[in-house]
Amino acid sequence: MSDQNAGGVDARVDITGVVCPVTFVKTKVALEELEDGQVLELRLSAGEPIQNIPRSLKDEGHKVLSVRLLDDGAYLLTVRKGGLAV
Amino acid sequence: MSEIDYAALKKGGFMRQVQKDKFSMRLKVIGGQLQAEQVFRIAEVAKKYGRGYIHLTSRQGVEVPFISVGDIEVVKKELAEAGVKVSVCGPRVRTVTACQGSAVCPSGAVETTALAEELDARYFGKQMPHKFKIGVTGCRNNCLKAEENDLGIKGGIFPEWKAGACTFCGLCVAVCPVGAIALDAVAPNAGAPNVLASDKEKPSLEKSSFEKPSFEKPSSLSFDSGKCVYCGKCVRSCPSSAWQGRGGYLLSFGGMFGNEIKEGLRLIPLVFDREKVLKAADVAVRFYQEHGKAGERFGRTLMRTGADDLKRALEEAIR
Ligand code: SF4
Ligand code: SF4
Ligand code: SF4
Repeated sequence: MSDQNAGGVDARVDITGVVCPVTFVKTKVALEELEDGQVLELRLSAGEPIQNIPRSLKDEGHKVLSVRLLDDGAYLLTVRKGGLAV
Repeated sequence: MSEIDYAALKKGGFMRQVQKDKFSMRLKVIGGQLQAEQVFRIAEVAKKYGRGYIHLTSRQGVEVPFISVGDIEVVKKELAEAGVKVSVCGPRVRTVTACQGSAVCPSGAVETTALAEELDARYFGKQMPHKFKIGVTGCRNNCLKAEENDLGIKGGIFPEWKAGACTFCGLCVAVCPVGAIALDAVAPNAGAPNVLASDKEKPSLEKSSFEKPSFEKPSSLSFDSGKCVYCGKCVRSCPSSAWQGRGGYLLSFGGMFGNEIKEGLRLIPLVFDREKVLKAADVAVRFYQEHGKAGERFGRTLMRTGADDLKRALEEAIR
């Protein structure tokens, strides 16, 4: 995988306003819009979403590139679609 | 049958009802699982000899109410043909409950169904000072409420971190529910994203991966194993497989959730080896048989005797 998207993101989605399972659905839909290798920036809440969404991303073959704790307590993740595929 | 031996019937899983000469028949279920053929047969029996319904107990049991005394033998026979057995009540080892565990549930840290069967084969129906419940739950989510059993078994993941594979993305720090993981002082994700290292080939976990990473970013991670609750979230989430987990069993002793409520005691650390789980179970069962007074739950026995002797015996058994 090249580094073409390092630093930049191709799409953003904020799931802090929804609850499980809509969190999963919104994330999935956002990723479906992208091509493999593109990067999604995902804003999600502490607690259940941050504990559970990343592992489902991993299960589906997407790679979390970075994690940042925001001042308001939410997290900002960058995720490369299909980034775990060899 | 002129004199009804209620004690014998109860022992054999027939529970007296408000209605004279009717019994609610408790069936044996191991780990919450029944084969379709068994379910069909139970349904037939409920229609033919009961009132056409079954009752599900709080511990994954199935009861068929309204069985007449005179039908008991024929009902047992018809059930036995389909491999359905009647359960037990009274001061004995009861139904071994279990969730579906790692064979089916994505959260599962350990296999549960076969373990429940093994425990059942060893202990089911054994005479005890009082009822004795065993429950197996596949992970920390604890769907099967391990600690409310006299012997509770819960799956856990013991995480191990391989420095060489880590890209210091900070995800494990974020997902850990108890703050057991920390990255070093350098604000982990401030400024440029940490993609540089993570875009290498998928890291392998060969022995060589213990070498120091070759970049200057947060470069150390600390893990406080004392805080860890073995949930495995770090292992499941880490995008670089830098966290590897070993599944093990957390045991609890003397729990009860009836007239008296008490959480089972965690006397020993995570046990990885299944044989040792069984050894520990043997120790607990024997301890209760030897020290429990008639009518006293295991948790009460432990309150009376203190848990130190049991703890020592368990430590010996799992060494
Ligand atoms: S306890 Fe864990 S493994 Fe068992 S059903 Fe619940 S989530 Fe799944
Ligand atoms: S999630 Fe994995 S790669 Fe990221 S910091 Fe934790 S151990 Fe390292
Ligand atoms: S297993 Fe769970 S509690 Fe332990 S370090 Fe990993 S995320 Fe934290």
